[in-house]
Amino acid sequence: MEWEIVIGLEVHVQLKTRSKIFSGAAVDFGQEPNTNACAIDLALPGTLPVLNAEVTAMAVKFGLAIDAEISRRSVFERKNYFYPDLPKGYQTTQLDEPIVGKAIIMLELEDGTEKAVRLHHAHLEEDAGKSLHEDFAGMSGIDLNRAGTALIEIVSEPDMRSSEEAVAFLKKIHSIVTYLDISDGEMSQGSMRCDANVSIRPMGQEELGIRAEIKNINSFRFVERAIAVEVERQIDLISDGGTVAQETRLYDANKNETRPMRSKEVANDYRYFPCPDLLPVELEKSYIQSLRDSLPELPDAKRKRFGGDYGLSNYDASLLTQERPFADYYELVAAECSDAKLAANWVMGELSAQLNKEDLKISESPLSAAKLGQLITRVIDGTISGKQAKQLFELLWTEGGEVDQTIEVKGLKQVSDSGAIENMIDQVIAENTQQVENFRSAAEDKRKKMFGFFVGQVMKLSQGQANPAEVNKILKEKL
Amino acid sequence: MHNKTIREILDDLASGEYSSREITSALLTRIKNLDPALNSFISLTEDQALAAAEAADALRSQGNARGLCGVPVAHKDIFCTKGVRTSAGSKMLDNFIAPYDATLVRHLAESGAVCLGKTNMDEFAMGSSNETSFYGPVKNPWDTERVPGGSSGGSAAAVAARLVPGATATDTGGSIRQPASLCGVTGLKPTYGRVSRYGMIAFASSLDQAGPIARTAEDCALLLESMAGFDAMDSTCIDKEVPNYSASLADSIRGLRIGLPKQYFNGDINAEVGTLIDNALEELKNAGATLVEVDLPHAELAIPTYYVVAPAECSTNLSRYDGVRYGYRCDDPRDLTDLYTRSRSEAFGDEVKRRILVGTYVLSAGFYDAYYRQAQKVRRLIQQDYITAFDKADLIASPTALSTAFKFGEKSANPIEMYQEDLYTIPANMAGLPAMSMPCGLIGGLPIGMQFVGRQFEEARMLNAAHQYQMRTDWHTLSPSVYGSAK
Amino acid sequence: MALTPDAVAKLAELARLSIDSQNVESTTGSVSDILHMIDQLKQVDTSEIAPLSHPMDLAQRLRADQVTEPNQREEFQEIAPAVERGLYLVPRVIE
Repeated sequence: MEWEIVIGLEVHVQLKTRSKIFSGAAVDFGQEPNTNACAIDLALPGTLPVLNAEVTAMAVKFGLAIDAEISRRSVFERKNYFYPDLPKGYQTTQLDEPIVGKAIIMLELEDGTEKAVRLHHAHLEEDAGKSLHEDFAGMSGIDLNRAGTALIEIVSEPDMRSSEEAVAFLKKIHSIVTYLDISDGEMSQGSMRCDANVSIRPMGQEELGIRAEIKNINSFRFVERAIAVEVERQIDLISDGGTVAQETRLYDANKNETRPMRSKEVANDYRYFPCPDLLPVELEKSYIQSLRDSLPELPDAKRKRFGGDYGLSNYDASLLTQERPFADYYELVAAECSDAKLAANWVMGELSAQLNKEDLKISESPLSAAKLGQLITRVIDGTISGKQAKQLFELLWTEGGEVDQTIEVKGLKQVSDSGAIENMIDQVIAENTQQVENFRSAAEDKRKKMFGFFVGQVMKLSQGQANPAEVNKILKEKL
Repeated sequence: MHNKTIREILDDLASGEYSSREITSALLTRIKNLDPALNSFISLTEDQALAAAEAADALRSQGNARGLCGVPVAHKDIFCTKGVRTSAGSKMLDNFIAPYDATLVRHLAESGAVCLGKTNMDEFAMGSSNETSFYGPVKNPWDTERVPGGSSGGSAAAVAARLVPGATATDTGGSIRQPASLCGVTGLKPTYGRVSRYGMIAFASSLDQAGPIARTAEDCALLLESMAGFDAMDSTCIDKEVPNYSASLADSIRGLRIGLPKQYFNGDINAEVGTLIDNALEELKNAGATLVEVDLPHAELAIPTYYVVAPAECSTNLSRYDGVRYGYRCDDPRDLTDLYTRSRSEAFGDEVKRRILVGTYVLSAGFYDAYYRQAQKVRRLIQQDYITAFDKADLIASPTALSTAFKFGEKSANPIEMYQEDLYTIPANMAGLPAMSMPCGLIGGLPIGMQFVGRQFEEARMLNAAHQYQMRTDWHTLSPSVYGSAK
Repeated sequence: MALTPDAVAKLAELARLSIDSQNVESTTGSVSDILHMIDQLKQVDTSEIAPLSHPMDLAQRLRADQVTEPNQREEFQEIAPAVERGLYLVPRVIE
């Protein structure tokens, strides 16, 4: 039977505020345990929450960036359950009246098509602390530094049909929040986490299958794998006559499998109700407008501009604009070398490959945009060949240095001087009289291949530095 | 000295009649001698009190005395006091030394008040008789076989027994006013949001409000001036200037319209209580007030509404008591669930557990709309009744409590009967309105109080009327014979 | 509304409370009595009424995004039942 995969995502994004959502404790990762947990974060008796203004601003910016409905009034509720990383015994979150309403997110897929994913809503909430399981003789240690960090949870409709689409959605969200600079988006550090609701149904069936929720996936790659392995599990299960249980599962990256979460076995009743310690958040039109005015150029707009200004394909433009620092880098390269397409090829080709290989971010690239632009300029003006350019790229990458100086010092300049090339050609003709003979007597259609032999000999003699175009031209005349 | 009101103490300190250290030390001795029979204090903070009194005396001698400089007070043990046990009357917090001061505690300290100790209360403020305290019940100074009311029974009894001239208290459904009524003292619950709730251990967040208990309306005004005020740490605290309540006490109340809810003044009212209220209203009329009938059609729904809203909020407010970061923790928990369940079950009393269960029920899936949401809607109806009534009246008067203090054990077996105690007081919490109770007579040697409810933020008008009433009567000057003495 | 002892046990589990076997009956009784008392709310027609969550009809005030709370771990952990190396200890958490 052919199955259709149905995926909905809940993406938790940590907001990049100085202080927590409801307290004045610092948001600062990697500190000693519980040193950033104040009286409010610890839920000491008598403490009360007050909402951080920046959190609201960031949520509204996110909503505006995706053209969502912004709620002029939103309400915080309490979600009640007991867990040691949840000091109050409830999480302060939004349910019925979230700050960001419906929207549509467009994904650009690899095959050049676009895909619309509906956003159900996005709401604000507080993060929980962490449980550490090692080294406490059968006990767990609780660190509440993260408790109370502001999160925006972005909830999609079950509109995605493959793990690739899910990853594209996640990347799109990542792109938007980092463009807005409302999150550092570091999935490896948990600043962006994702829950995936996965179900399958026979192709053509309208009714949704029973879904499993995979919790806390923390990398793009794991999202893809976790969904793939979960889909496989569900297909096997149903094919064997079983049924999928509606449950919460964890993805184990080491074993590449999902398994049920034991702690969530007992069906909970969260008893949501409006938090009486917080009042409704009401936003003035002028406040929303001022945030709208402050928005930077967003990925979609940038992508369209790159298509228009630089003549790039939609897919290339979307790759280049996914991350703002990447797009900024590209624009500097393009400006420096004045050849947008060549710049795009270099940035998406050589540069990206090298960054991936060394697992570096664009901001950590040893090669600045200006230098890459200069390098490309030297290709365009014929100073160096394509092959030399790659050598030069490697030299600049590993050893640093200036573009022209390195060309000079390492002797990477291609020889374009027609006198020198002529001498070399004369030498080759003199040393290969038989081949010259053959060439001259050969039929026109055979000559092309034979011509290549002479070019090769000249290039060899020049140690690859002769300008191939010049060689071709003079060689043709001589032969 | 112990018979002095706050106003008198301030005058005496100013004239040098005695020092803050002298009165502080005299009252501490009095507490040590008399309180064992009353149990109105959970903790005494003698050293801190004497140090604060000396600091106040020093300020005064430098000419820098202001506010309540040097005046002894006590805090209900629901307010966090840094370095001092803050128990909320519960075994759960018996070992809890608060690491910070409640805003109200700070405000009073900044105005120079001297805290003598922490007063006893119903566990987590849940009770109307003080019988639910982990530290044992407070005895009513007028008759130690009777309850002082609750939940601020310790504050009311301590003021009634002249152990302290004024005390802080909290009121979620009548917890300031009902014990004030039963102990023959004056107590004020301000408008919701007038006094910061930061550092006040929560019972029901949308109803809780702190206020003063003292002997007179004038003293309540002085205390409230120091207690009230904006606090950025409490989202529900209102940024509104605190009036000089004392300044308008002497104003005439000529033309003041006092509303009498027909729902209360029907045949059901206790006849003796009704007579005393009628007498009090007569005095107010003599002072120039006019009486008008008002309609509170949803008054009878106040108790059921309260017993949805308050348990719902308390059930989640009390989830933080889990034995992990502070407070009681059971021995040798087997696992996480055992840690939670045993810590909570061993440390919460029956009434607290009962309310948590009710609150859990009314919020649970499938019942939320029928109970919690419905109660919130009825709450709006109750508030609207008052808005309408205040078109016709400036204040609304009624008895504070159903009757005088009852005997220990008389109502504790039947929660529903106990809950009726707050019939007249709950609506003001529902609507967030200021309300106060003042002594208006004795029945069988036991005091009874009259309640005023005012418009939002009209504490001044209420205090003015109460002060004018107290200028014409002496019920507020009576003290239980054992604890008072002729001036 | 009268509850069964089982229903009360479920509520207790949600609230992380246990009820002694000798108290099950009285607890079930008193909780049921309270539910019966609040049942009278159901008779009120509130179809046109908006719920009231706060007595004050006000909007949430916002706090400037500033760090105002210093590290006070030592003071806070002095009153904690069980800590080790700065962490609060609990029986092992199973995910």
